[in-house]
Formats: sequence, structure tokens, C-alpha cells
Amino acid sequence: MTSLPERTERKMGLVIDLDICVGCHACAVSCKEWNTQGYGAPLSDQDPYGADPSGTWLNRIHSFEIQPEGAPAQIVHFPKSCLHCEDAPCVTVCPTGASYKRVQDGIVLVNEDACMGCGLCAWACPYGARELDRAEGVMKKCTLCVDRIYNDNIPEEDRVPACVRSCPAGARHFGDFRDPASAVNRMVQDRGGMDLMPEQETRPVNKYLPPRIRDRHATAPETVRLASLAEPEATGFLGWLDRALGRLG
Amino acid sequence: MHPAPSIIVFTVLSGLGLGMVFWVGLGAGPDQGAARWWITLLALGFAAAGGAASTGHLARPDRAWRAFSQWRSSWLSREACLMVAALGAFALYAAIWMLGGTRYWLLGWLSSVLALATVYATAMIYAQLRTVPRWSLAPTPQMFLALSAVGGLLGVGAAAALGGASAPSGWVALGIALAAGVAVWWQTVAAGAGRRASGSDIGTATGLGRLGRVRLFEPPHTGRNYLLDEMAFRVARGRAFQLRRIGAVLGFLVPLALALLAWALGGWLLVPALISHVAGVLALRWLFFAEAEHVQAFYYGMR
Repeated sequence: MTSLPERTERKMGLVIDLDICVGCHACAVSCKEWNTQGYGAPLSDQDPYGADPSGTWLNRIHSFEIQPEGAPAQIVHFPKSCLHCEDAPCVTVCPTGASYKRVQDGIVLVNEDACMGCGLCAWACPYGARELDRAEGVMKKCTLCVDRIYNDNIPEEDRVPACVRSCPAGARHFGDFRDPASAVNRMVQDRGGMDLMPEQETRPVNKYLPPRIRDRHATAPETVRLASLAEPEATGFLGWLDRALGRLG
Repeated sequence: MHPAPSIIVFTVLSGLGLGMVFWVGLGAGPDQGAARWWITLLALGFAAAGGAASTGHLARPDRAWRAFSQWRSSWLSREACLMVAALGAFALYAAIWMLGGTRYWLLGWLSSVLALATVYATAMIYAQLRTVPRWSLAPTPQMFLALSAVGGLLGVGAAAALGGASAPSGWVALGIALAAGVAVWWQTVAAGAGRRASGSDIGTATGLGRLGRVRLFEPPHTGRNYLLDEMAFRVARGRAFQLRRIGAVLGFLVPLALALLAWALGGWLLVPALISHVAGVLALRWLFFAEAEHVQAFYYGMR
């Protein structure tokens, strides 16, 4: 049944630190690399080397500009993937029972053998986290690398989602949100971790850490005189020379 | 949202067929000879054609049978189950009616209720989606039900005329006027329901809104993808206005005029009225999809 579980035993998910992400897209690339070869159907591309390439990705990196009041603009790189919501609307709309949320760890998965590719779950998701694979005709989404995190055949340090393992900046963290003492929960508490679109009432498990407020320079004058910037007022010998040259006209 | 022809044809035709089932089940339609056959044939034909069109939207239609399994949680599954039940009950009712000439009113009422419930389930597929504010409106189910009912009434009238029986053109005219009122009601509410009517915007989507004004600096990819094709469809505003006029004229004004004329000139005018109505509702249903905006497009910088 595509009803949601009352409570999941564990609540596995990601913390994404928007203060640290440098927008290198390594997580998106390693996600595609891992997930095109293991769990489920491959992540297909259409016209990959042609004029109009497109394809299925489970993780995409947007970049936004924040323009604060009276301060310089700030760029924020923003990785976006499935948030494994506690009230996942994508699961309950599924007519075939292909979409489900696991009781043991809260991961939202698609049984690709049962998916008929109607696309209603993608409509129900506010985050654009589900993409219909155009070669296979089934819905693809982030699995939290379910075939890595419990995999005894790979070294222990690799038993995290591929995006977390590959992030060169340490902007992505994986853990159990059910455990109050977990590192991910501490980060969320210390840094004010936030939900995306809380008004959609999906109760996302994944949390985003907001970028820290930048240091601000002493307030610049409203109108900056470019001439004075190009020639800062000189003192000492240079000042005397400047005044002497000025007197020559 | 992407206006897929398969879903537009499906919702319009199945709504029409189920509307006919609704009225015939309640006892409408003449009992004489050929008219019964026309009515049954058209009702089941429209509903079946709609059902066939719906599978055109599936990437894996071979698995469509699985959609009957999740009726406890999914409106789409409920729609599929109710549709089969309604058409099954009606086929039995109509078979007895056509061959034996008697109407089993209990079976008729059952198929009416199931037909109504099917159209309601169809509407709820859209009305349940908080992500598409233009669909999750209070009058969305009423709009679907009204259009289905008036289409069914026109269908029964036209089929009766085709079968050589007298058609209830006065009731048809009244029905068209009432349905037009519901359509205007929905349109009035929908007019203000853009992407931001859900309370979401680029600030809540990114969580960055409290730090300042947010805009998309760089999209994640330069080409198109499923998300943009499916949920960021852009309709040319000028064309939307003209289509809405076409929908109003063909869907309601022309059928209303023809139904009133049919009162004086004969029921056969309900046949062109039905054709005009279907064409108008197809245009309106296209707009129902094309003008609907999905909140995920905030991540692509759309406002």
C-alpha cells in the first residue's frame, strides 16, 4: 500500500551546508555515475552528444543570488535532490503501489517493476525531485544510495551516499535524524537548519544549513566619487609632489 | 503544466460518457426503439474512448492494471476502480433495458452514483495537488461535475434525437446555463491562483528569503529536461485569452442557442450542439493544464 508509515524506526537523511558548497557539481556527477549502474534502471540521456542533450539526474545544483538590504550580493550554490519527506505527497498519490516509504529507515523509494510511468508523483512533489526516465519509462529518484549505505562489500568509509562521499568541501552530511545525539541533528540545532517550502507541509527529512551572514565593510558613501578612488589622497613626499604638480596647472 | 492530449481527451470524453450514464441511470432518455441503442452506444463509446486515451499518457501502459490496487490512498487508483465499476453496472443495466425493455432502477441508481463518484475522483486527482494552486481550488470538483453533467445531458438529448425520439431540449438549455455559471465561478477563483497562491515563492523554496531578495543566478543545466517540459509549460498569454473565448462560445453559448432553437425546430439540433460543446470543453481543458503553474518552477527562477 502506498500509505505512509506512522513512524519510521530511523530517519536517514542529508544535511546540506549552503555556507560551504562551492557549486562544483561533483556530487551531481558522482550521483549519476553511481546510480546509473547499480540500483534499478540506468539514468538515461537523450541526444547526449547532439545539439539538444537532456537526461535523468537525481541531484541538480542550482545557483542563487541573494541581494540583502544595503549589502553586497551573495551567491549561494544549492544542491537539490529528494528530501525523503515524512509526509511525502509523492507516495500517497501513487496508483500502482510502486512508490513507498520504508519503515526501517524512512527512505522513499520506487519499485521500478511496478511503476507505470503516469508521472503523478512528480506533479505531487513540490521540489522537482522526481524525474521520469525517458528510456525506461519509470520514475527515478534519489535512493540515498540504498545500495551503498548497507553494503558490506565496500570499505566502511564508502558506506554513505555517493554525493556525500564525493563532496570535496564537506558540505554534505549523512545521518540518522531520529537519534538526537547524531552529528546531523547537532548541526541542524547549532546552525538553524531549515526545511524547504515548509508551507507545503511535507515535513522534509533533509535539512539545509543557511549561509552565514558575511562580514560587512564599513558603510560606503551613497555616491562614490570614482576619481577619488583612482587617486587616493596622498600624504608625505607624494602629497607634496601631488600638490606641486597641481600648482603647475 | 504540460497539456498532454491524451489526458485532455480522456477527461473530456470520459466525463461526457459518465455524465450520460448518470442521467440514464436516473431514468432519463426515451424508452422507445432505436433511441435506447443510441444512448447506450454513445455513453459506453465515449467512456471507453476516454479510458483508452488515458493509457496514452502512461510511459508503461502494460502495467496499467496495477492502478487498480491502491484505492485506499490514491485518487488515481480510485478513479480507475470506480470507472470500471460504473461502466460494469451500467452495461448490465443497459443490456437489460435494450433487450428486455425494463429499467432496473436499483441498478440504474447504482451506476449513476458510481459515475458521479468517478468524475469526482478524476477531479480530486488535480484538486489534491497543493503544488499546483490553480488546481487545488474549492470549486475544481464542482467544475468537473458540472461539465460532466451538462455534457451527459446534451449527449442523452442528441442520442434521443438520433434515435427519432423527442429530446428534452428545455432541460438541456437550463443545464447549459447552470454549467456555464459553474465554469465562470471556477474561472473567477482560478484567475488569482498563480504559482505563488500556495504561499510559496523563491524565498521559501530556497529558504534564503529571509536573508534578502533571491533570484536564480545560474540554472543547473542549460538544456531542457523532464521537469521543465512537464511542469514549466509556458502558454502565450494572448492565445490563452482567445482560447478561453472559443471555449465560452463553443462550449456554452452556441449549444445554448441551439438547444433553445431545438425547442422550436426539433431535437436534431442537439447533435451539432453536442459537437460544439465538446470542442469548447476541449479548449477549456487545454487551458486547465496549460495555465496551471507548478511550484517546483521557483527553482528555475520562474515567478
